[in-house]
Amino acid sequence: MNKLNARMRRVMTAPFAVWMAIFVVVPIALVLYYAFTDANGSFTASNITSIWEYRGTYLISIELALTATVICLLLAYPLAYSISKMKARRQQTMVLLVMLPMWMNFLIRTYAWMTILEDTGLINTLVKFLLSLVGYEFEGFSMINTNGAIILGMVYNFLPYMILPIYTVLTKIDKNVIEAARDLGANGFQIFTKVLLPQSIPGIISGITMVFVPAVSTFVISKLLGGGMTYLIGDIIENYFLGNTGEVNYNVGAALSLVLMVLILISMGIMNHFDEDDETNGGRVI
Amino acid sequence: MANNIIDLKNISVSFDGEQILKNMSLTIEDKEFLTLLGPSGCGKTTTLRIIAGFLQPDSGDVIFDGKLINGVPAHKRQVNTIFQRYALFTHLNVFENIAFGLRIRKTPEKEIKKAVSEMLELVNLKGFETRDIDSLSGGQQQRVAIARALVVKPRVLLLDEPLGALDLKLRKDMQNELKNIQQRLGITFIYVTHDQEEALSMSDKIVIMNNGVIQQIGTPIDIYNEPVNAFVADFIGESNIVDGIMKEDFVCEFSGNTFRCLDKGFAKNEAVDVVVRPEDVDVVPYEEGMLRGKVTSVTFKGVHFEIIVDIGGFKWMIQSTDEQFVGDNIGLFIEPDAIHIMKKSEYSGLYGDFSSYSEEFDELSDVNAEVEEEADE
Repeated sequence: MNKLNARMRRVMTAPFAVWMAIFVVVPIALVLYYAFTDANGSFTASNITSIWEYRGTYLISIELALTATVICLLLAYPLAYSISKMKARRQQTMVLLVMLPMWMNFLIRTYAWMTILEDTGLINTLVKFLLSLVGYEFEGFSMINTNGAIILGMVYNFLPYMILPIYTVLTKIDKNVIEAARDLGANGFQIFTKVLLPQSIPGIISGITMVFVPAVSTFVISKLLGGGMTYLIGDIIENYFLGNTGEVNYNVGAALSLVLMVLILISMGIMNHFDEDDETNGGRVI
Repeated sequence: MANNIIDLKNISVSFDGEQILKNMSLTIEDKEFLTLLGPSGCGKTTTLRIIAGFLQPDSGDVIFDGKLINGVPAHKRQVNTIFQRYALFTHLNVFENIAFGLRIRKTPEKEIKKAVSEMLELVNLKGFETRDIDSLSGGQQQRVAIARALVVKPRVLLLDEPLGALDLKLRKDMQNELKNIQQRLGITFIYVTHDQEEALSMSDKIVIMNNGVIQQIGTPIDIYNEPVNAFVADFIGESNIVDGIMKEDFVCEFSGNTFRCLDKGFAKNEAVDVVVRPEDVDVVPYEEGMLRGKVTSVTFKGVHFEIIVDIGGFKWMIQSTDEQFVGDNIGLFIEPDAIHIMKKSEYSGLYGDFSSYSEEFDELSDVNAEVEEEADE
């Protein structure tokens, strides 16, 4: 019986295994190959060493992604908490509203932000109009093409990925556990710091991962909302592969990707270290 | 007065228009083991939550040690709760779970260590300090929950069906252990259960509730021997409840026969409910029986046989160590002290006939619903 099940399982996972092999293992192997070879296909470490040149880009990418992640967390936690406290039907509606923007294309949403933030965009036009009513001439804010705009784009696009996992763990916390803490003398703040927060760590970690990883490697947001003023590591990688603004060089591009991947893996590893709960709670990222 | 730790006065609570507690008053003495017993939805857990401070009554007063504590939040009451499914902090180990309340109170580390190890000893979990909650069995988790609540030295411990999730054997052990702990610490336990056996074997005092109303308060023996109405008689143990007439003091009539009994103080010829416990009926030869009937079912229960006898259309349950056989005609003999007379109540006629007898308690308690349906037709 058990043996049959094991075989069944193997058969059923086969398509996924093939998929993973073709679209995950092979590409990673290719990245590794390109990263350690030169244009002629012979081994070299020079691609990797040449990356030192881009340390500033890595830093700014990480800095912006981290800022966006922290903002997402600060926005998402209270929201997820209040949703988890609502009646079941309202919870469904709220979760739907959180996911609603994701039904629209990522590019369209980001373009929309361009028209909102532009010098002649929605906000500036409105503010100028309102100020002109009181007879004041206003030059307008410059919002587009700043790091702030990039962070805004990241927060806006990735916020649902922070809200949902946190919301999920919060709904799973037994409300008797909260009552038990109160019963033992904990006030609202202590319940939060000593019970709610520690028990929601798995969700926070998934949320951080799901926001930080796409944010640190994005190139669309920085291109559209940063207007090429700030190059993120994603932009550089894109350039090396597509040659938009320079030479096409798969080897350096692959090396850049590889280093980014390693950096992400390291940060995930550090984060999982904080999540001392073992697999029983699920939600492990790596 | 000095002996009363909790006084509930005229408490009413409703949820979504449904009244859960109806003008309930209850006095709880210090250091007693009191059990709130009743079917699900009777308001027993609600009562507990009001005492704990998780719920505010719509009207009425909660008095603790002579002081009105209506608005006092749970974390400021000298009352702690053991929850149905333990509600342990799974992110903390056994030691930290028990230490939780002490850390909140900013107790010095040395005292915490001492208090926690005392508690672990009390609940027989020495050496479990660093274990994860998830690695413990149900019984062990229960002990941690007890230790966690007791370490903050509450005056009153509230237990909400704490043994419900344990298997029978473990439940029996824990019953004894809880009773021991209560006696050793000398604090008040308020225990909620729907299990009458549990209530009978542990309690100093039992409060039987139904539909948000207290039916009877008394010692286990009083409640078993002198139930006030058909609901109590049926809920506690098995009961044959028949319509009777109190001819005069010490003489009653039921099932077409006249019996001597020990009850008095009823009006002449007052209609009453008569309770006879199955184990108090003796089986005698047909001719010698005060009541006579035909055996319709026999079930072996180990300690005794459970025999259903049809007497003039009413099914009696008899528990006897002598085996009888389906179809036999037998006689029944009832001693005067085996007969208990109750005033007629809203529950008269709803319980105590074993014609649709089933082992499932739920089906028995559903009699209520069936009667309502019939009334609608």
